[in-house]
Amino acid sequence: MHDRTPLSPKGLVDEYFIENRTRLLEIAAFLDRVDRVDPSYPAKDFRMKAFLEALASLARTGDRVDHIQMLLSDPSTEPLEALDRKSAVGAYDRWRRE
Amino acid sequence: MKYIDHHAHMVSRTTDDYQQMALTGCVAVTEPAFWAGWDRSSANGVEDYFRQLTEFEPGRAAQYHIQHYTWMAMNPKEADDRELSRDVLTRIPKFLDKPTVLGIGEIGLNRVTRNEVDTYTEQIDLALTHRQLILIHTPHLEDKLKGTRISLDAMSGFPKLDPSRVLVDHAEEHTCRMILDLGYWAGLTLYPQTKVSPQRAADIVETFGPERICVAGACDWGPSDPIAVPRFIMEMRRRGHPEELIYRIVFENPVQFLSQSSKFRIRPSVAKELAF
Ligand SMILES: [Zn+2]
Repeated sequence: MHDRTPLSPKGLVDEYFIENRTRLLEIAAFLDRVDRVDPSYPAKDFRMKAFLEALASLARTGDRVDHIQMLLSDPSTEPLEALDRKSAVGAYDRWRRE
Repeated sequence: MKYIDHHAHMVSRTTDDYQQMALTGCVAVTEPAFWAGWDRSSANGVEDYFRQLTEFEPGRAAQYHIQHYTWMAMNPKEADDRELSRDVLTRIPKFLDKPTVLGIGEIGLNRVTRNEVDTYTEQIDLALTHRQLILIHTPHLEDKLKGTRISLDAMSGFPKLDPSRVLVDHAEEHTCRMILDLGYWAGLTLYPQTKVSPQRAADIVETFGPERICVAGACDWGPSDPIAVPRFIMEMRRRGHPEELIYRIVFENPVQFLSQSSKFRIRPSVAKELAF
């Protein structure tokens, strides 16, 4: 079976706590940075709306990554009629009014 | 530990990168045809790139005792241009007999347009006509889910297609299951910043098991890491995974997939002997 890391739960936390503490602070610092410029901005940008929803979903258990991947994904199933831009932007605008 | 990087765009890399890869155990790379980061002005430009991949790059790799193989394709980032794509597709067959060409790739979708889907399905047809392996690029970020679904759907329209001869690349947590359940190979592409990290790749292996999963470093013209696969090896060791499991993913699995082409010179029978 390969369904989990061989380390013990404590071993995992010993090994990964510090680097993920850093990541947590990086996200907090990013949000504070945006707030310092304009605290009302995140509510106007679909990427930030999706980001904040994803953060809230960290309180789930077990399927956080899958859930966040789906929150950020384009759920539509039909190809675009025409090319609009060359690259993806990282989040899907679920709030756009057609 | 010896490893194979099945997805490395070495034309955008320096010889220092080849050296790094050789020093960390890389014995073979396979280089899918891709976008240069800017659009080429003509099919002649694309054909020159195919010549670079088939004639020039193997020699550069050989200086570091790395075997270099390649894949021919109209890449997904330019595939919306139907006129260019049709022209390029007529030029691919003459490269398929070259000694280091393993198949058609990387084909697939970018923004998932109708034109891209048409170019993609024409290339699956081309691969089947010429009995080639297939390497599929799935789109990035928010387009990955939709693009993977449509890419897999399109393949189901080809009853002659054998899923074990297709590697669907750039798989992530939310696309791995659908790829593996249909019998395809799944590739995990490790990027330092934007996509799957070695940590999450190890998580995916823990979740789905090692069957039909390969890892690669992309090695393209953007931020990417020529020694991403060794970083994955280190991450697996950090967690206490056995060497046999790690070797299976970074060496035996790619050998199993790639040696379905008779041109791939590392055979599964020798993979065990080369271990560690
Ligand atoms: Zn690529």
